Amino acid sequence: MLLIPCPHCGPRSELEFHCGGEAHIARPTNPAATGDQRWAEYLFYRSNTKGVHAERWLHVHGCGRWFNVRRDTISDRFVTADQIRSAEEGS
Amino acid sequence: MGEAGIAILPLAPSARFSLRLAAAVVEIGEAGGFWLDIPINTCHVAGERMTVRLGPNEWLLFGPQADAIRHDVAATLGDRFFSLVDVGDRDLAFAVAGIHARDVINGGCPLDLDDIVFPAGSASRTLLGKAQIVLIRPGAERLYRIECGRSFALYVRAYLENIAHEFLRSPGSGILA
Amino acid sequence: MQSNRLPIGGRVDRSRRLRFRFNGTVIHGFAGDTVASALLANGVSLVGRSFKYHRPRGILCHGSEEPNALLQVDRGPGRVDPNNRATITEVTEGLTVASQNHWPSLEHDIGAINDWLSPIFTAGFYYKTFMWPRALWDKVYEPLIRAAAGLGVAPKEADADRYAQRYAHCDVLIVGAGPAGLAAALAASTSGQRVILADEQAEFGGTLLHDTGSMIQGMQAAGWLVGTVAALADCRNVRLLPRTTAFGYYNHNHVALLERVTDHLADPASGLPRERLWQVRAKQVVLATGAHERPLAFADNDRPGIMLAESIRAFINRYAVVPGHRIVFATSGASAYRAAADARAAGVEVVVVDVRPVAACGPELALLRAEGVEVLTGHTVLGSTGRKRVRGLIVAPVDADGRIGIRRKLTCDAVGLSGGWTPAVHLFSQSRGKLTFDTAIDAYRPGRSVQAERSAGAANGSYELTTCLAEGWEAGLRATGRDGARSFRVSPATPTGFVAVRVLPGEGNGRAFIDFQNDVTAKDIRLAVREGFESVEHIKRYTTTGMATDQGKTSNMTALGLLSETLSRPVAQVGTTTFRPPYTPVSFGALTGAARGALFEPVRKAPLHDWAAARGAVFEPVDRWLRARYFPRPGEDMRAAVSRECRAVRSSVGILDASTLGKIEVVGPDAAEFLNRLYINGWTKLAPGRCRYGVMPKEDGYIFDDGVVARLAAERFHVTTTTGGAARVLDHMEEYLQTEWPNLKVFLTSTTEQWAVIALQGPKARQVITPLVDGIDMSAAVFPHMAVRTGRICGVPTRLFRVSFTGELGYEINLPASQAALVWDAVYAGGEPYGIEPYGTEAMHVLRAERGFIIVGQETDGTVAPDDVGLSGMIADAKPDFVGKRSLARPDLMAAGRKQLVGLLTEVPGVVLDEGAQVVENPGQPALGHVTSAYWSDACGRSIALALVAGGRARHGQVLHVTTQAGFTAVRVTEPVFFDAGAERVHG
Ligand SMILES: [Zn+2]
Repeated sequence: MLLIPCPHCGPRSELEFHCGGEAHIARPTNPAATGDQRWAEYLFYRSNTKGVHAERWLHVHGCGRWFNVRRDTISDRFVTADQIRSAEEGS
Repeated sequence: MGEAGIAILPLAPSARFSLRLAAAVVEIGEAGGFWLDIPINTCHVAGERMTVRLGPNEWLLFGPQADAIRHDVAATLGDRFFSLVDVGDRDLAFAVAGIHARDVINGGCPLDLDDIVFPAGSASRTLLGKAQIVLIRPGAERLYRIECGRSFALYVRAYLENIAHEFLRSPGSGILA
Repeated sequence: MQSNRLPIGGRVDRSRRLRFRFNGTVIHGFAGDTVASALLANGVSLVGRSFKYHRPRGILCHGSEEPNALLQVDRGPGRVDPNNRATITEVTEGLTVASQNHWPSLEHDIGAINDWLSPIFTAGFYYKTFMWPRALWDKVYEPLIRAAAGLGVAPKEADADRYAQRYAHCDVLIVGAGPAGLAAALAASTSGQRVILADEQAEFGGTLLHDTGSMIQGMQAAGWLVGTVAALADCRNVRLLPRTTAFGYYNHNHVALLERVTDHLADPASGLPRERLWQVRAKQVVLATGAHERPLAFADNDRPGIMLAESIRAFINRYAVVPGHRIVFATSGASAYRAAADARAAGVEVVVVDVRPVAACGPELALLRAEGVEVLTGHTVLGSTGRKRVRGLIVAPVDADGRIGIRRKLTCDAVGLSGGWTPAVHLFSQSRGKLTFDTAIDAYRPGRSVQAERSAGAANGSYELTTCLAEGWEAGLRATGRDGARSFRVSPATPTGFVAVRVLPGEGNGRAFIDFQNDVTAKDIRLAVREGFESVEHIKRYTTTGMATDQGKTSNMTALGLLSETLSRPVAQVGTTTFRPPYTPVSFGALTGAARGALFEPVRKAPLHDWAAARGAVFEPVDRWLRARYFPRPGEDMRAAVSRECRAVRSSVGILDASTLGKIEVVGPDAAEFLNRLYINGWTKLAPGRCRYGVMPKEDGYIFDDGVVARLAAERFHVTTTTGGAARVLDHMEEYLQTEWPNLKVFLTSTTEQWAVIALQGPKARQVITPLVDGIDMSAAVFPHMAVRTGRICGVPTRLFRVSFTGELGYEINLPASQAALVWDAVYAGGEPYGIEPYGTEAMHVLRAERGFIIVGQETDGTVAPDDVGLSGMIADAKPDFVGKRSLARPDLMAAGRKQLVGLLTEVPGVVLDEGAQVVENPGQPALGHVTSAYWSDACGRSIALALVAGGRARHGQVLHVTTQAGFTAVRVTEPVFFDAGAERVHG
């Protein structure tokens, strides 16, 4: 059971989280102009990294916020945790 | 109640709002007696009104009068972008109190409830068994408020009772209907 | 009675006599006894039959590593538990235990014939014999093997005990309360940080519990122990957990402990759980888990009465039990000399056989000889005699070249073996720490740590008491962020050191057991190598060595060493197998905790559940909810009840508890834009006060959820979802809001449980509801279909939707959940003059299917796109983008021949198809699709069905075939609408 560093709540048990898979999979800005292959890569292709892996977590049974972390998939050590810029900071 | 081994009791209905607010709360500070500028995962009690901050832009507001709360908060926030939703009937609440309160809650809740980590004034959304709850510790006493979804109340209560079994022999313990 | 109990000494409480039954015989013991010590005190040496050969077996150890003495424990009805180790089962008054794996009795076991057949039971026996013919496996071999093998008998009754779980956090978790763990706890306790000290035994102390000779800081070890435990018990920051085994070490210092709470109590206080599973999150962990002694391998080394040397010492010193009156200690190291000395001090006749030549022995040799003990150095053991109890040991001198001299039989009634020691690195290895092989101690020891953890004492390969204490102290200090060392004065020095011997010279033809629990011999391992196996992982699986419930605690190192010798490869290159949780067996009850019966998972009841239950409703689970399925009257079956309910809705009025629908309040200036991006529909032009049915795909284009969305105000929407979709739709919305469009000014709030929903459907619905409503103009012109109004009903604030999932005029009354019963009763009373009927989910399904409305999860399965179910007309073409839009143009989703929603009418009107049945053109041809919904329709006077069929829309009018229980039945393909095709009735 991982101990996941939520940027808002601090370290919490994995029980409270939902894993959102690989981070930084950018949604194409103009999907209509995106070719089939590129769109399929966006939908389905993931790096499956051995080593430091950027991934998204949702603190679903906590603050309810999504955030990114970098985790070493070999040791499970968390390298960083960043909150995702949200409306309050953006506006 | 503070001296009881363990006591579990349902709490009377309360007006309850979910407030979402994107503005910088430092400037607002307080809205109608609700202290918004408190750290995430803490609560603040002012008279009959209690504020719980669950996340960077999420609060639960408690108090006796729904209409008054709606009016007071809206008056303070004015034309800022916010969402105030009545959830007074969405959740039900229990009090878990007594010297074994922490042991009972940790029978299904993975939070660290030590005084250093979860002192008076702490609050957080978390889990109890397979139900999501909001756990609130308004004061220094060994008294915790557990909020859960209306339809989860039977489960949450039965779960707490199940764990409390082993502590019921301590003096002053009981489960109230 | 207790013929082997010493008159004085030991830690048992002689003032508390206890009786228990072993295979029906009453056995006497004292408080503080384990079943093993009490059996030995009474001269019982035969306690079980071995797993494969049914050989007579006794007690080998005094701790949790015991491979042989597994008992069925009976504490009363519902409290029968197999495979309990006699060495950790504490005696309680009235306990009933029985040996296992024998028939008809322990003394006369027919299965023992396997012992004579052992030449065919070699390594890989099961693989070789039963691989072929395959056809015999299920019917013949497996039942035979299951009957012949196995250990205890699984209980048939439900477990009568309660089991608890507890989450705990601490700064330092110390596993093991032997000298190293106690010293670590002492050091850590002074920091004021939170410390947990857990030990699997009933008493703290580890080896100190049977170390009667050592002095620590000028005190007898037992005295130092009392003072230390008392000091720790006084620390408010230290939690002491005896009878608690740390069995699993997981990520981020998450350690699982099993506490045995009541098994040692004859009459536990009510309410106490039998066991408690602790899930500890520790900032730092100190592993002081000790070491396991190794037996020696020689022919017939498994007879009852042959034990580990240190265990004999423990039985004598801790339990005041002498396992024999003439004991031979066979050893390859120094520690057995201390056991021999203690046995001699207890009045036992002792002989020591040491495989080491004199030159390799330490000062322990001279010390023991000085006490007059006969020590045969440079001797090997060739075998043992006896059957149900060891009667003698055959020994002979062996020279440096392995030449064996003249045999000699040493008569004895017990044997103590010591083949050296193996650190208990199980938890360290589970923590993913790297093991390194240390030739100096012939064992793997903890190397590089991966988690915040450190090992101390024997677990770290340090066997001297003074070193154990010093290492423990330092580990405790460092775990609390401090540095420092302390030396402990210990006398006399601990005799340590041993020569690693895999199999004693002159093994001969007998069976030299390596793994006692799985009956794996030295020959089996050599055979596996001869057959070409080299990898330790393969040999483990082929021979099953180390794979029993004891995980090879006493045998793994010997097996590795033997493998290394046989392969002529250094042990470090042979490697070791992976240590996996649990360290010792864990009950299912502890893992389950409270989650059984009514607490298995939350069962959610809708606000009007009690009304429905009182009315005799039959319920069905929908997601975690229980929903009323139908309301049978006396004598009615489901079809009759559902038909009556449907008739009421079609002809007059029906009432349904629809509260389980998911609800989300979407608020903010960008709310309409946000919904535009998530649904295939457009929302910008939806006027406040109006509703629209929306379809939500995921990014892959497939339908994810659907529901009615109402616009309450320009910047406020009331979104509904399916019952099962409530949580995942909110999560999906939040994910896009937070991660893709963080600048949209929108907030989402779950209101599923805030609003109870009463659906009132049927041509009389308006007449029923109008008298109860305040502040809403109910006239059809002003309050049309797909509109929403706010006002009051029965004085309660309501969001009143005019919507229909039945095809009839209807309303969905949203009101605060606490007021649901009050309003329901009033509406029901108002409907009685019209013959109102409550209806359940089954009638709801029939009514919507008659109109061809889909149910997500029934007509869709995660691979169905909007066009497949005929909803592409709802796609707002003007929108440049929405989640899933681009995927609708992927080649697969544009391909011809996709499965499409159609109606099916059976050629025989009375036949109701099975949901899930396959649709084919003709019997024998490949499936074209499947039936998604099928009902008897009262309104149509016949059966109806919906189906997904390849190229279905082009097949209207075709006759196809559908599988039935008996074969096939013919169906005609139609439009998926069976009633009110013009959709006129909703406007009534
Ligand atoms: Zn959080």
